[in-house]
Amino acid sequence: MKLLTHNVLSSKCLKGVSVGYPLRLNATDIKVVDVDYNSEFVSRMIPKLNYSALYDAAQSIGHHNGLPDTVAEDYENNEDFLKAVHHVLLEVDIVSGDLECPESGRKFPITRGIPNMLVNENEVNEINGSNGCNN
Amino acid sequence: MEAVRGISDQELIETPDLSHLDAADYDKVYEPREDSFLFLDALEKDLNLIRLFKPSICLEVGSGSGVICTALARFLGSSSYVIATDLNPFACQTTHQTAEANNSFVSCIQMDLDSMLRMNNTIDLLLFNPPYVVTTSKELRQPREDGSFLHLAWAGGVKGREVTDRLLSHVGQLLSHRSLFYLVVIKENDPEEICNVMACQGFKGEIIASRKVRNELLSVMRFKRGW
Repeated sequence: MKLLTHNVLSSKCLKGVSVGYPLRLNATDIKVVDVDYNSEFVSRMIPKLNYSALYDAAQSIGHHNGLPDTVAEDYENNEDFLKAVHHVLLEVDIVSGDLECPESGRKFPITRGIPNMLVNENEVNEINGSNGCNN
Repeated sequence: MEAVRGISDQELIETPDLSHLDAADYDKVYEPREDSFLFLDALEKDLNLIRLFKPSICLEVGSGSGVICTALARFLGSSSYVIATDLNPFACQTTHQTAEANNSFVSCIQMDLDSMLRMNNTIDLLLFNPPYVVTTSKELRQPREDGSFLHLAWAGGVKGREVTDRLLSHVGQLLSHRSLFYLVVIKENDPEEICNVMACQGFKGEIIASRKVRNELLSVMRFKRGW
């Protein structure tokens, strides 16, 4: 599981959880892989990310080297910054460990790189059966 | 000549290699068939649109063998990040393998639909080939006593819409303000009503491909918002 995936996961659907973000990350096996660097893609991703969640997750597993704790000014033209974000987003791969809901403590195991976030029906808020139309 | 040029100008989608899968795998994961191939054909027709759109994060809900998201991930390469979910653990592993066997990467997460994703308008392009077959609601109970998830790949409950509607109910929060969403339906799912439901969330929908397969009229719908 890459940290870009971690950035979009939330446990808000669990009963009694109000924010559920970001999930705590515990890694027991981390692999660093080479991924093609695309500066234009990383630039486009920056405004979509929750940067502090990314930074904190990277720091919690000791892979925040070179990553500043806030988004660099004029980041589109800051190659060092974009490369550091690229590395943390895509090259740090959590092979095993778990994700943990920051409120309920519910743990979601990561096995062979795949987080298991399947929960029982009785753990989640009433599923919204409406079709999205309020009228 | 015109026709020949038409073909060469059209970008093609490569059907991913699935030779790493065999009959034993298809006992556990939905085997790509007519609906999957119609889905690929429809995406192929839209490749120019997708390339110009430059989706940053793509999501396939219920990726099964991974044939669809892998084709997309290959096409977009390093310009996009493709995520796939499936509640079937074998499907997650298979999707991961299919992406790898085709020199691409798809981030696989085991979950029900998009239930554990942040609802903050992050996903730019969404793909869903849902369980659309009309069944009773009871058929949707998961998984079967023998541990099989396979029926959940096709059993759609009332009107074949129960699973689709669970996603549609909040898809406007999942998807970016400017986004694309492709959905496989059959006639019994009532595509027109789906268009109305989606219009409430600001999406303009249309059918972009159809094919009659035995007694099913399969279609692929495309929804756009913010264009």
